[in-house]
Amino acid sequence: MRKILEVRNLSKIYGKGCPRCIESTGPEADTNMCPHCGSVVAIHDVSFDLHEGEILGLMGESGSGKSTVVKNLYFDQTPTSGSARFIEEDAKHEMFNLNAAQQRRLRNQRFGMVYQNPHLGLNFGISSGGNIAERLLMSDVSHYGEIRERAKELLSRTEVLLSRMDESPAAFSGGMQQRVQIAKALATNPPLLYLDEVTTGLDLSVQARILDLILEIQQERNTAMIVVTHDLGVIRLLTGRALVMKYGRVIESGLTDQILEDPQHAYTQRLVASAL
Amino acid sequence: MSVTYNFGFMDEHAKKEVRRSILKAISIPGYQVPYSSREMPMGRGFGTGGLQITLSLIGADETLKVIDQGSDDSVNAVNLRQFVELTCPGVNTTTHLNEATLIQSRHRIPEVPLTPNQTLVLQVPYPDPLVVVEPSEDKRKVMHGEADYARLLVKLYEDIVKFDEITISHRYPTRINGHYVIDPSPIPRWDVPKLHNSPALILFGAGREKKIYAVPPHTKAEPLAFDDVPFRVESFNDAQGNRRPCERCGATDSFLDEYINEDGSKRYQCSDSDYCDTVLAETKEAANA
Repeated sequence: MRKILEVRNLSKIYGKGCPRCIESTGPEADTNMCPHCGSVVAIHDVSFDLHEGEILGLMGESGSGKSTVVKNLYFDQTPTSGSARFIEEDAKHEMFNLNAAQQRRLRNQRFGMVYQNPHLGLNFGISSGGNIAERLLMSDVSHYGEIRERAKELLSRTEVLLSRMDESPAAFSGGMQQRVQIAKALATNPPLLYLDEVTTGLDLSVQARILDLILEIQQERNTAMIVVTHDLGVIRLLTGRALVMKYGRVIESGLTDQILEDPQHAYTQRLVASAL
Repeated sequence: MSVTYNFGFMDEHAKKEVRRSILKAISIPGYQVPYSSREMPMGRGFGTGGLQITLSLIGADETLKVIDQGSDDSVNAVNLRQFVELTCPGVNTTTHLNEATLIQSRHRIPEVPLTPNQTLVLQVPYPDPLVVVEPSEDKRKVMHGEADYARLLVKLYEDIVKFDEITISHRYPTRINGHYVIDPSPIPRWDVPKLHNSPALILFGAGREKKIYAVPPHTKAEPLAFDDVPFRVESFNDAQGNRRPCERCGATDSFLDEYINEDGSKRYQCSDSDYCDTVLAETKEAANA
């Protein structure tokens, strides 16, 4: 399997930061806010690799920094330090050294993002088909018929009724909105997909169908995914490998089965015990 | 007490600043150059942007024509022309396009093609085409810099989905020289192709929004469209598919205005009054000969 993403020592600090920030935050210090300068160490020293077609889970309680990792990798935020390398068949990109236009190109054409809140990922002022068209137009498809066909294909793949493709996502249920978001993320057939709490807030039967859909897509297209969730069920069902985060640090990583069946860190043991 | 104004109403430093902005606008075709729009003795929104460009460029050897929606006789055109006559002694004004060297216009480009010796100044209410899709000016500037116009095309897509055609009637977003997309002021679609490879310099002035931009001579101007849904101008065909002529001069190659008669029937007449007069005079001459 080919490696597509290599993240090394990723850190993000909100606030001005001080030399004692790192030593006085983290799981041992039981906080992510530096008592000396008040800065928040959202993530520190996060490193991992991701291979083609692999699903990696990021788990942890809220505030542990798992969403921040994904936001940095999707260029929604700029990290304080660290590097990430995105590897294509014929090119390597040092993601944080690229200029804004190059970052936008990667974001629009190579990555897909599905947010917990559809309002972040979709434009509610335009139709569902228009949302997909937007992503295709960003990657320089300029043929109306082609865009329309592709939007239809994607929406039917994600089981959105085609008769409703020209309605605004505002008229849809939460589960439908999430399907439109997934269709939009898939529009350019990206090799890497970020899923940030995609099923949180949906009822259980809808959750199950969305998770099935994600697995099917991963099988069909060999898409690599990073799944952010606090739901151990989602981690167990989707991911092969997982990182457990607390106060911005990775405290445990490995095969998902191993982590869930034989957790090593005290926090992970509590997490698993409370869920099962 | 008599007050004497500087030639061209604005002081020389103000004119110089406007001219400098114009030079920058010409150097970067389609880029909106910010400038310090001055107070004019009329409300912003009444053509102060175009007027400041005109006053900065005008000299005693210029002949000025002022057009408002194609007409030389409407209030806005007459007032602006009188203001220039008042503040620029010695400047000639005209209503005939072929005599004019400087043309200030609101919402129309003349029917007869411009010549290399002419400069067209258009009055602009909203200079930024992206304002309909992005409210933050900071973000719009980044979008312009990166030529990120996908969201404008999404608007076209939505139009075709809803109405089977692009319904933008005026202010049609147009890409200049392959990069910046401009709002070509509220000219009808009919006039947009005239921007492309125009032999004359075309300047745009937005007084309230404090922006100047330009389409230099012989520069590409492409209206945004899809490969399979091309840009098209207004059709003036009647129900039978015949091109409606102007009811005054009989021209069949001009942009027509629709008027409602007192009995409720419609009549169509050239929007460009100078063109209509010229065609009328030519037909009379031909009839007499």
